[in-house]
Amino acid sequence: MLNGYGATIVDGAWLTLLLALTSMAVAIGLGLLGAACRLSPLRWLALLGETYATVIRGIPDLVLILLIFYGGQDLVNRLAPLLGYEDYIDINPFVAGVFTLGFIFGAYLSETFRGAFMAIPKGQAEAGAAYGMSGRQVFFRILVPQMIRLAIPGFTNNWLVLTKATALISVVGLQDMMFKAKQAADATREPFTFFLAVAALYLVLTSVSLLALRFLEKRYSAGIKVAEL
Amino acid sequence: MILDFSVIWDSLPLYFGGVLVTLKLLAIALVVGLAAAIPLALMRVSRQPAINFPAWLYTYVIRGTPMLVQLFLVYYGLAQFTLVRESLLWPYLSNATFCACLAFAINTSAYTAEILAGSLKATPHGEIEAARAMGMSHARLYRRILLPSALRRALPQYSNEVIMMLHTTSLASIVTLIDITGAARTVSSQYYLPFEAFITAGVFYLCLTFILVRLFKLAERRWLAYLAPRAS
Repeated sequence: MLNGYGATIVDGAWLTLLLALTSMAVAIGLGLLGAACRLSPLRWLALLGETYATVIRGIPDLVLILLIFYGGQDLVNRLAPLLGYEDYIDINPFVAGVFTLGFIFGAYLSETFRGAFMAIPKGQAEAGAAYGMSGRQVFFRILVPQMIRLAIPGFTNNWLVLTKATALISVVGLQDMMFKAKQAADATREPFTFFLAVAALYLVLTSVSLLALRFLEKRYSAGIKVAEL
Repeated sequence: MILDFSVIWDSLPLYFGGVLVTLKLLAIALVVGLAAAIPLALMRVSRQPAINFPAWLYTYVIRGTPMLVQLFLVYYGLAQFTLVRESLLWPYLSNATFCACLAFAINTSAYTAEILAGSLKATPHGEIEAARAMGMSHARLYRRILLPSALRRALPQYSNEVIMMLHTTSLASIVTLIDITGAARTVSSQYYLPFEAFITAGVFYLCLTFILVRLFKLAERRWLAYLAPRAS
């Protein structure tokens, strides 16, 4: 299939999926941290979270990817000799991709999570505190489980954008399905065929995620009554 | 000093040239995209499957695939067909600016169509019934009642789409155009100062984003004043 390039592209598709899932895990962590910062009563923490979300969301993904991958590598190598490390440090595109996408989508998710946290009635957290729970216990036992249901629609959106943004990591040399398709296209001079195949694979990925997350939303909304108009 | 911004200072004209290219790409994509989005949105709110389905499929496929793939399909992909290479459009389709504008316009038309369709569906029943009671024809109802109010109510969501589109234009640098990102890539490879070069590009995009946000706030104050919370 596809002049024998089918298998390499499927390999690339696995890498794309792995990249998307790993960076989403990083993004969820950073998003929770960002949301917690922005909701913090401490002024400087709230300002820090706000700056992170605003600056990252104001700059294109591609520029951030190039900045972190090339700029980050360059900066690390300029700093390393000062710390007495002489060898050239080479950053792996997969690791760089995971951290870059995680960092970018953490900012978007912090916005989603913040909205979801604010939608939880205040009395819930107060009740938790009245039971003698610590701040952390209230956060993880009371707020997070309820926040998940409210955050799923926004999360779905972010996940779809992130899946599609993984294609940009091919620009810095990660051999994902986009990169493989470009190689195959150059070798066979049939670019349309290969890019169409990759488009179809992305469409499958986004469609499956959409269905899965819709199912998850239904599960988390069990016991929530929806008013019929 | 670890950072060296003196080279960036000398390359500022290149960046400002890039700003012009970015704004040109953005303006063309938005105008063409919006023009295509209005008929698509009208198709999307139709109750006839034969009209609704093609528009649904179009927006689903475009919104479900990465912009980079769409750009490559137009820029590299179309050249695969002899028919395209021998057609009258080939001088345009072999031009990177034209291909980038075309791909961006296709992309934004799908997102904008969905925004507009949502806005059209949210029109209060009473407005439509009142228009019918006044004896308006179907076309007049759309022209006078539905579209003007739907376009206004879509403004806040559309501003997000415009900003996403501004960020999307950075992909033009991958197909050799010298927009802001392209300028940064040129500076980065010429002087080997990637960190300074891309940070500068980021600052430019941040400024453009803030200006756009501000402009849309003003536009909302002008056209959505009747939906603003009443001053108490």
